[in-house]
Amino acid sequence: MDLWLIGELALTGALVGLMYALVALGIVLVYKTSGVANFAQGAIAMTGGYATWAFATLLGAPLFLAIPLALATMFAVGFLIERAVLRHMVGQPVIMIIMVTFGMEIFLRGVMPGLFGVSVKRLDLGIPQAPLFVGEMLINRAYLIGGLASAALIVAAIVLFNSRAGIVMRAVSDDQGASWSVGIRVERAIAIAWGLSAGSATAAGILWGATQGVDWSLSLLLMKALAIAILGGLDSIPGVLLAGLIVGVCESLATGIVDPLVGGGTRDIVASLIILMTLLVRPYGLFGREQIERV
Amino acid sequence: MLYRRAGIRHTSYRHERMLWPLPFDRTLVGVIAAFLLAAPFLIDRLYLVAYLLPWLIWSAAALGLNLLMGGAGQIHLGYGAVMAIGAYTSVHLVRAGVPFELAMLAGGLASAVIGMIFGVAALRVKTLYLAMSTLAMQYIVDFVIAHVPAISGGTQATIQVPPVRFLGLRIEGDIATYYFALAVCAVVMLFMLNVQRTGFGRALAAVREKDYAAEVIGVDTFKFKLLAFWTSSFIGGVVGAVLVVCYLRSVSPDQFHIDLSVQIVAMVIVGGLGSVLGSFFGAALILFAPIVLNNAVAALTSAAGLPLSADLRAHIPLMLYGALIVGFLVLEPLGLAKIYDNIRNYFLVWPFRYARR
Repeated sequence: MDLWLIGELALTGALVGLMYALVALGIVLVYKTSGVANFAQGAIAMTGGYATWAFATLLGAPLFLAIPLALATMFAVGFLIERAVLRHMVGQPVIMIIMVTFGMEIFLRGVMPGLFGVSVKRLDLGIPQAPLFVGEMLINRAYLIGGLASAALIVAAIVLFNSRAGIVMRAVSDDQGASWSVGIRVERAIAIAWGLSAGSATAAGILWGATQGVDWSLSLLLMKALAIAILGGLDSIPGVLLAGLIVGVCESLATGIVDPLVGGGTRDIVASLIILMTLLVRPYGLFGREQIERV
Repeated sequence: MLYRRAGIRHTSYRHERMLWPLPFDRTLVGVIAAFLLAAPFLIDRLYLVAYLLPWLIWSAAALGLNLLMGGAGQIHLGYGAVMAIGAYTSVHLVRAGVPFELAMLAGGLASAVIGMIFGVAALRVKTLYLAMSTLAMQYIVDFVIAHVPAISGGTQATIQVPPVRFLGLRIEGDIATYYFALAVCAVVMLFMLNVQRTGFGRALAAVREKDYAAEVIGVDTFKFKLLAFWTSSFIGGVVGAVLVVCYLRSVSPDQFHIDLSVQIVAMVIVGGLGSVLGSFFGAALILFAPIVLNNAVAALTSAAGLPLSADLRAHIPLMLYGALIVGFLVLEPLGLAKIYDNIRNYFLVWPFRYARR
């Protein structure tokens, strides 16, 4: 196995991993503020991709308009999900809350392809197809731009968490009752977290849509995002960045090296294996707080 | 009015422990049982094979999952994989010449063992993590089955189920398979009805309500969670074997994907967590609502002269599962069983509403 190939796989994997991490960012944001694990994140990313495609192609908006429009729409959708569904579930057992988000995942997975058709939608961001050469390594430009944009957005999220709004969210995540008593509007903070989460999912949906087209398979990002969120620690945003890199590199190396041996398909289970290993070895993840109740 | 309680006096403990103390409930169960027994001679063969048979099998699967989700309060998003393990194990054993009675039980055992390995991994931590690790289990089992030629015969392969005998009776043709599925479903149902009244069932209920409270009153939480996983996976494996022998008649990896898991989870939640009756209701709704809705929408749109895209019709089931799960959890978390219970409670004391509990 020559080093250039491994280098290429690792670099591509790292970029792809950053794009996965953008989906995971939303899961972490929501979990951090409200303690809800959002199993609908993959489908929300898919919906974001469809929304952008619809604005760009069906309504003919230019891209610089379609993307903000889609982000704004999805922010509203996230807000709405929190208001219409999750707020009713406060105080219910965790099993119910997980199933509600999973139900939304299934619902969106049916609605979007149902409405817009199952064929793959092209979402052209104007990224040239020609790969970039680094030494003997071939780098896909769409991955490069996607990975860098994702990294920038995640760093922006870290910065946001140090602003006033971020401090409010951190307070809510620390103790909802205590935040309430000092005058923080807990519901609004959680709603904003949902909006931001849907927004980051949309950004991921757009970037992924640009690389592989928009169709239902974007919702499969859920599994990778869950793996990243678990590995990084469910309540740690910097963890998302590192775990994204790890998951991406592992997946890419597995695809490049193990696939020829077993006949394909390893890409889909790397995330599953990482989830299992993390749960066995270090359930709170790399940077998560050690507060998981063990039995 | 209907469910009359007057004149029922318990004169012995045995009498008090009856499954259906009310005569009306007993009559209802008897009528339904009689109908199901006579169904092959009463209704059209097509309806028998296309509706009743899958309903029985999926109900049995939902009952098995309900033991875990409703009984012990543990989430499982990989029940399709559990059924796949049972199905593949029993089919391979039958092909190797093992009698089906043993092969079916071996399928259940294989499911139980593998299901419990994932259970151990997951049960060290709590609900949310359990959801993720069972989801991971679904994908890993799918991958292993599809990519090990010794199990599936290749990613695209389909393995035919050879003709099988159960206790000397050949299970082939529509009627024999129907009765076999009915028998298995009845056994699972009776087990589920009774398990709630045993020490095991009560320990599970204690674990479900609050695990450290259960620990305080002396229930070994970890042991009972594992046992719940074991039992539920065993039922899942057996039902998986029944599913391939009676209904699918051949196995291929794509029959047991995440879609099946989602379907069964939806049945349990829509029917009602922890309710035996609810599992039957849920299975019926989840299996037949998409068909009915599809036909209704097609009839409506063709009557209105609007063309309906094939893509939309193909996705109606998914939309419906999702909408039903979300709708029931938000509006009626205890599902169809609770709705039936409300109706039953209304009639129990009608017209003396003030006597309602």
